[in-house]
Amino acid sequence: MGKIVLEGVEKHFGNVKVISNVSLTVEDGAFVVFVGPSGCGKSTLLRLIAGLEDVTSGKIYIDGVNVVDLPPAKRGLSMVFQSYALYPHMSVRGNIGFGLKMAGMPKEEIRTRVDAAAATLNLTPYLERKPRMLSGGQRQRVAIGRAIVREPKGFLFDEPLSNLDAALRVNMRIEIARLQKSLATTAIYVTHDQVEAMTMADKIVVLNAGSVEQVGSPLELYERPDNLFVAGFIGSPKMNLITGATAEPYGAATIGIRPEHLAVAGDGDGWAGTISVAEHLGSDTFLYVEVPGVGLLTARTQGEVAFHAGERVMLHPDPARLHRFDKSGLAIRN
Amino acid sequence: MARAISPQKKWTFTILAWIVALIIFFPILWTFLTAFKTEGDAILFPPAFLPPHWTLENFFEVQTRSNYFKHFFNSVVISVGSTLIGLVIAVPAAWSMAFAPTKRTKDILMWMLSTKMMPAVGVLVPIFLIFKNLGLLDTLGGLTGILMLINLPIMVWMLYTYFREIPIDILEASRMDGAVLWKEIVYILLPMAIPGIASTLLLNVILAWNEAFWTLNLSAANAAPLTAFIASYSSPEGLFWAKLSAASTLAIAPILILGWFSQKQLVRGMTFGAVK
Repeated sequence: MGKIVLEGVEKHFGNVKVISNVSLTVEDGAFVVFVGPSGCGKSTLLRLIAGLEDVTSGKIYIDGVNVVDLPPAKRGLSMVFQSYALYPHMSVRGNIGFGLKMAGMPKEEIRTRVDAAAATLNLTPYLERKPRMLSGGQRQRVAIGRAIVREPKGFLFDEPLSNLDAALRVNMRIEIARLQKSLATTAIYVTHDQVEAMTMADKIVVLNAGSVEQVGSPLELYERPDNLFVAGFIGSPKMNLITGATAEPYGAATIGIRPEHLAVAGDGDGWAGTISVAEHLGSDTFLYVEVPGVGLLTARTQGEVAFHAGERVMLHPDPARLHRFDKSGLAIRN
Repeated sequence: MARAISPQKKWTFTILAWIVALIIFFPILWTFLTAFKTEGDAILFPPAFLPPHWTLENFFEVQTRSNYFKHFFNSVVISVGSTLIGLVIAVPAAWSMAFAPTKRTKDILMWMLSTKMMPAVGVLVPIFLIFKNLGLLDTLGGLTGILMLINLPIMVWMLYTYFREIPIDILEASRMDGAVLWKEIVYILLPMAIPGIASTLLLNVILAWNEAFWTLNLSAANAAPLTAFIASYSSPEGLFWAKLSAASTLAIAPILILGWFSQKQLVRGMTFGAVK
C-alpha cells in the first residue's frame, strides 16, 4: 500500500513562494516522475512529502492519513539522495541495516533481510566494505538497498543518477525501473533529465516555478502538451516553436512542430531554408535549417540521409502533428 | 611556476626559526634546569646554566611540603570534569547552530565569543559573591563549573565548525531511516565528528589545566589545583627559586606530555575547515 495524495500544498521560504498550491494523486504502485528545470521546486516538493521540510499550508495524505505533522521516520517512506548520503563510518551491511536497527528489529532478522537486499543488488561481495572503498555505481546501489530493505510504503528518489557517468546512468535507470516494478512499491522520482522522465515514468508531473504545468503519461505529454512550457520541455531535440506571420494562417499565436514531424525534401512546398548544421548519428540525422523569416528549425529524419550543410531544402510540417498555442501560451484544441 | 627558494635563503630561515623557537622555549628549559639546582646555586650571579650540583631534593621537598599529588588530582578532576560536562552541553548546542540555524544564530555565536574578550577580573566580585553565598568557594564542583562555563564558548565554536563540514544529507538520511534526534546524534553525527570532538576535548583539557585566574581566586586549600600549588611558592618570606621551579616542572609536565603526544590532533583541530 502506498497511495500519496497532495492537497493544496504550499511552501514559502520567508517571502519567497517556492511551491504554490500543488494538488496531486500518486496511485499505489505507480512510478511518478517530477520533472522540471533547475530551481522549479521539484526537490522541495519531494522533501515536503518526505517530511524533511514542513509545508506552509496544505495536506499530504499517505494511505489516507494526513502526515504533515509527522516526522520523516513516521511516514513510512524511504529516500535515495543525489549524494547517496551513505554513513561513511559504517560498512555496507551497517548502512543497509541501519533503518531496521532503528526500528528495533532483532539482529538475526536484520541479517537475513540485509543479505536478501544485497543479493538483489549484487552487493553481497561488498557487504563488509566501507562506502569509501566502493565505486559510484556501487554506492548508488547501497543507497537503493538502504531504501528497499525497509519495505516502505513508497520510495522517494532525488536525482539519484546525476552523479553517475552516462553509460552507468542508463544501466541504473533500467535497474531502478525493473526493481520498482518487481516490488510494486509506489515511487516518486525527481529529475531534470526529461529522457529519464520519459523512459521511467508511468506518470510525469511537469513543474515550473513551483507550480504543476501538466500531469500525464509520457506519451500524453509528448502528444498533447497543455502549454508552451511543456511543449518545449518534453521531447529531445526540442519542439520547434514558431511565432508571428508563419503562425497566423493556423489561427494561433505560436505553432509548434516536433523535429520528427517535419518532412525534409529537396523540392516541393513548405518552408524553404538552408541547412546550417547536419548531425549524422547513424540511426538518425538532425538537420538545423535556417528558414528566412521563421528562424532556426530542427528536423529529424530516420537513418542516414544525403543532406549536407549549405544545401537548400524544403521543410513540410505534418498538419496532423502541428500544435497550436494562443497568446497566453495555452494549447488550442479543436 | 613554483616559487624558487635558494639554499642560502633556506638556511637563513631555518636558523632564524630555530632562534625564535629557542627564545620561546628558553624559560621552560631554564625552569627545568633550575629545578635540579640547590637553592644556593639557583640564585648565583652570574647564573650557572647547568646545575653545578645536580639534586632531586627540591622535588621531594615540594611533595612533602605541599602534597603535589593532591593538587595533581584536583587539576585532573577540574580539567577533565569541566571538559566532559562542557561537551555534553556543547554538542547539542553546536548541532542546533550547524543544522537548524535561525536568523540569529550568527549573532549568538558572536555574542558567545565576545564573552571571551571581556577581562575576567571584571566579573570577579559578583562571581566570588555568588560562590560564597552558594558555598562553592574552594570546592571541586565550583571550580569545575566555572571552568566549564568559561570554556563553553570555545567548545561550541569548535564543534560548530566541525559539524558544519558534515553533509546534512547524511543526517537527513538517518531521519528517513527512522532515527530520532538523540539517535541521529549518537549513531551518525558523533562517530563522524570524532576527530573534531577529540581535538575540542584535548584543547579544553589543556586550557582548563592552565587556567590560573579563577582557580587561584576561588580556591584555598581543599580544591586547589596545580596552579595554586605553584603560586604557593611565591611567598612573602621570599622566593624559593629552585623549589618554585621544581613545582612548576611538576605542574606543567603532565600537560606537556599530553600535548606532545596529541600535537598532530591539535594542529588538525585548529586548522580544520581552513581549507576544503
